[in-house]
Amino acid sequence: MKVGLFIPCYVDAFFPEVGVASLELLERLGCAVVYPLDQTCCGQPMANSGCQDDAAATEAHFVRCFQDFDVVVGPSGSCVHHVRFHLDATEQTPAARKVRASTRELVEFLHDDLKVAAFPWATFPHKVGLHNSCSAVRGLGHERPSERVGDPFFSKTRDLLGVVRGLELVEIDRPDECCGFGGSFCVTDEAVSAKMGWDRVHDFHRHGAEYIASADMSCLLHMKGVIDRLGLPLKVIHIAQILNGAAA
Amino acid sequence: MMRAVDPEARAARFIALEEHESTHDRVVWGMRQHRDKAVAGVPEWEKLRELASQIKEHTLTHLDRYLEQFEENATRLGTHVHWARDAPEHNATVYDILQAHGVRSLIKSKSMLQEECGMTPYLEKRGITVTESDLGERIQQLSHEPPSHIVVPAIHKLRTDVAQLFAREIGSDPGNADPHYLAEAMRGNARPRFLAADAAMTGANFAVAETGGFVVCTNEGNADIGASVPPLHVASIGIEKLIPRARDLGVFIRMLSRSALGTAITQYTSHFHGPRRGGELHVVLVDDTRSERLGSPDFWHALKCIRCGACMNTCPVYRRGGGLSYGATYSGPIGVILDPGFDLEKYRELPFHSSLCGSCTEVCPVKIDISDQIYKWRRVVAAKGMLRLTKRVGMSALGATLGHPTAFHAAESVSETALAHLPRFALYNALNPWGRHRELPAVPRRTFRQWYLEHRAKSGD
Repeated sequence: MKVGLFIPCYVDAFFPEVGVASLELLERLGCAVVYPLDQTCCGQPMANSGCQDDAAATEAHFVRCFQDFDVVVGPSGSCVHHVRFHLDATEQTPAARKVRASTRELVEFLHDDLKVAAFPWATFPHKVGLHNSCSAVRGLGHERPSERVGDPFFSKTRDLLGVVRGLELVEIDRPDECCGFGGSFCVTDEAVSAKMGWDRVHDFHRHGAEYIASADMSCLLHMKGVIDRLGLPLKVIHIAQILNGAAA
Repeated sequence: MMRAVDPEARAARFIALEEHESTHDRVVWGMRQHRDKAVAGVPEWEKLRELASQIKEHTLTHLDRYLEQFEENATRLGTHVHWARDAPEHNATVYDILQAHGVRSLIKSKSMLQEECGMTPYLEKRGITVTESDLGERIQQLSHEPPSHIVVPAIHKLRTDVAQLFAREIGSDPGNADPHYLAEAMRGNARPRFLAADAAMTGANFAVAETGGFVVCTNEGNADIGASVPPLHVASIGIEKLIPRARDLGVFIRMLSRSALGTAITQYTSHFHGPRRGGELHVVLVDDTRSERLGSPDFWHALKCIRCGACMNTCPVYRRGGGLSYGATYSGPIGVILDPGFDLEKYRELPFHSSLCGSCTEVCPVKIDISDQIYKWRRVVAAKGMLRLTKRVGMSALGATLGHPTAFHAAESVSETALAHLPRFALYNALNPWGRHRELPAVPRRTFRQWYLEHRAKSGD
């Protein structure tokens, strides 16, 4: 299976280690992974602001970069959510439809497609708070959303982290409350965004987490900004890094 | 272009009142938790949601038929039925009815529709005294503020705010912020107004086509006293409130208060079938942009709303910024998708007052795709050229950069150099909202792409 590695623009620029961890992890699991060098972004920043015209060229470029792969895997719930559900500023050619249907977020690819049951190389002896992003929970279905109280509980992210040696998950008061990142929302609605981030990191801190782990680096970028400003003893880490055996 | 409501600035002012914001978030989140508990007690909840959604969709797609059926049956019961195309027509109709009966004072229970129509100021300008009888609405009326929440209109206030307000307005003890004392003080003040009123006005939660009756749900019984004391009762009903049969009520009544406050049912669920003996009952059926919305493929589902407020309670943005930040009759996620339909220019910023977390869609008892509609309203705002200038310019520059790999990689190295080398005061200032409450990320030595070129591409991958 030929896997195209989709590294979102902000991960490329700010968190290369998350890209490296994703690549190495997929290779350890036997995938033939190629990173198309011309890729830029999925178009979400423009489309989320309503700017379909401005998103069109970026989305068309995304389709061109990934149209030859059996599956496209990216370590970001929000970007994958955009590709699958919202990438419609560009013409819906057969290539566009194929790319949209075959783009997978890393957690769901590991859990649903590769059905990975063990990460023998991974040890992470820490208390970890899990932050599933809104696009991952309510968009892609990584976990049963808290609103659906009557439905049976499931969590793909917990299933994966649960087999990592030494890792202890801590429970928090509001399991899937938004952290307040929200793309350009984090600057246009700065006061609300920052307060949401403040409340979110305190929820983790109050319950003894040493790390906040997530499949979305954008949420973590925002929460890390809050943590550093407040000087809290909390660290953030992408799930790909833990599963790839990051020594903390 | 008309000046738009600025929800972000309003929310920032509310957040600056630290105790108000933290109390509001805690109390409103508490309602969401109560909702979760109540929903857990109904194993068929998701089936009920689906059923409620289907009943509403069916009714809305056959609305002409059900409206006429309602009119016919209501008239048979002795109810006077009036039709109003828009808010001015509604207000004029109500005023005509009141004037014909020589009404000088009016006791009203909660009605978002009357709020939407701006009815109270309209009537007061014409010499009619209007008294809100719902406690929260009365607090808002005395504060000269619109309701900040559909169900709990004064939830953004602290007890101490209410104590101060009542001391000023009705002479209670300013130092006593005990809720029971305050409620009792207002009860003492309101009773004579109920007795003196010449007419009562209510809204309606549901209007039943097959019976011609309508249902009003309250927790204070205020609509019932109002409708039982003066001889004249006028109810304003939005045309989307129709349901086909009395038996359909069972679905909605089970969901309404569970979604709103987490109680099994409201304290009072009152059914009105024609005028009471010796009295007169008027119903005003109001369109006010509803039929226009019904014709919109993207937005007509918003008409399914039963005004429970669950989307507000769960919304992290609403809980932090408060309901008044929306500057509109309807606040919270449902307001974000309803208000632009009334006045796009005025409410063009509301669809951006959302992190698109999607929780509203999940709690909605009638399965309105609220979050998707917020996203679609953003497209409407952008397509009409109504985006804020900074956003418009920023997005087209971003689109131009991200659409072309060489431009993107050049921009990446510039911004990384800037982040790494600019002094702190250049990065953390009033022009950079990110830095007000957050640190910027550290800049890595190289991008992932550069790492890949060094480690993989060279070896012939």
